[in-house]
Amino acid sequence: MSKKVFETAEQALDGLTFDGMCVMAGGFGLCGIPENLIVALRDSGAQNITAISNNAGVDGFGLGLLLETRQIKKMMSSYVGENKEFERQFLAKELELEFNPQGTMAERIRAGGAGIPGFYTKTGVGTVIADGKPTREFDGETYIMETGLTCDVALVKAWRGDTQGNLQYNKTARNFNPMMATAGKITIVEVDELVEVGTIDPNFIHTSGIFVQRIIQAKCEKRIEKVTTRERGAA
Amino acid sequence: MARRAALELKDGYYANLGIGIPTLVANYIPDGVDVTLQSENGMLGMGPFPYEGEEDPDLINAGKQTITELRRSSYFNSADSFAMIRGGHIDLSILGAMEISENGDIANWMIPGKMVKGMGGAMDLVAGVKRCIVTMDHTNRAGASKFLKACTLPLTGLNCIAMVITDLGVFEREENDRFRVSELAPDVTLDEVKAKTEADIIYT
Repeated sequence: MSKKVFETAEQALDGLTFDGMCVMAGGFGLCGIPENLIVALRDSGAQNITAISNNAGVDGFGLGLLLETRQIKKMMSSYVGENKEFERQFLAKELELEFNPQGTMAERIRAGGAGIPGFYTKTGVGTVIADGKPTREFDGETYIMETGLTCDVALVKAWRGDTQGNLQYNKTARNFNPMMATAGKITIVEVDELVEVGTIDPNFIHTSGIFVQRIIQAKCEKRIEKVTTRERGAA
Repeated sequence: MARRAALELKDGYYANLGIGIPTLVANYIPDGVDVTLQSENGMLGMGPFPYEGEEDPDLINAGKQTITELRRSSYFNSADSFAMIRGGHIDLSILGAMEISENGDIANWMIPGKMVKGMGGAMDLVAGVKRCIVTMDHTNRAGASKFLKACTLPLTGLNCIAMVITDLGVFEREENDRFRVSELAPDVTLDEVKAKTEADIIYT
């Protein structure tokens, strides 16, 4: 068996968690979040965590679990609208929050993982996002400088992975996961289905195993935030 | 408003629709106009809501609603998604707004003193999409104009809105020019628009 494969989320996190650590967690809303690894991170007891994730989960699920236990000191997100406990802690100034435009956040993570310390973007020019950031003109247009992001541990959710850590994602559960996989000093992945090396066509691997240090197979609840349907017979 | 905004979708367009009224625009795309909708969480070719019992938790739109795929659909990661948006590959974005200024600034993400939910992808969309259109009520609940000389709320983007569609009419703007009343909604007079618009716009 590959040394990358662990039996449980708890074992996969063993020795990697510490107070003040910076964690990235993949997902958009509750779609494509590393559910089991988040629970294991909570159970590790690590405090004063900086969490980089597009959203903050919901009350009692996803990163909402770590908010309940006050393990998160700072969140970096683009949208946090679905979490009452988040709101309470933020308004009580118990929680730091850094908003990033969603595309800027994705690119900061991509850049960090690619060894690019900074880049320029038009997004946020003339807004509070630009406050304190260097600007530069290119072809007569103003751009602001954003920095790359990395983290101590990246928690990633993929659909299928092999024992070398080669990954495939499913549909819109991909979102931030591939960039985060590149940006962790250590990247831990939970997959719906763990397969032997050679099972996944090399031509259709989304994330190469070089970015993945640990992998587990785990069952996810996959809660749906907003179930919307149409009537049969309708267009 | 959604019905009128849908007329701005041209054949062959790749478009991104915001949450709220803009989402409804998808229901009014004219026959014969082929539009591919982008969802910034990582999908092109957004399909309709699924039938009951066929919801897929791995398949949602940017509003976190369950959706379906089409034959043309493709999936990608968030960095690629915003490469489409910030790289100027999306033809049209239709967004909601709290305030619009006469020089095309938009504020739609933050009210100081209230809980801030975040800008999501709005700042990227207004900075990168080729043409941005706003649908909004012309006035707020207190009756005050939302179409202003200058936005009072924190901005989402500068000089980026090409058209405003409100319950009173349609307001179009050439680049670096003033907005102009181009259509009035049924039973709306120019005088009513003047009375409810703070922005300096062209009424002829």
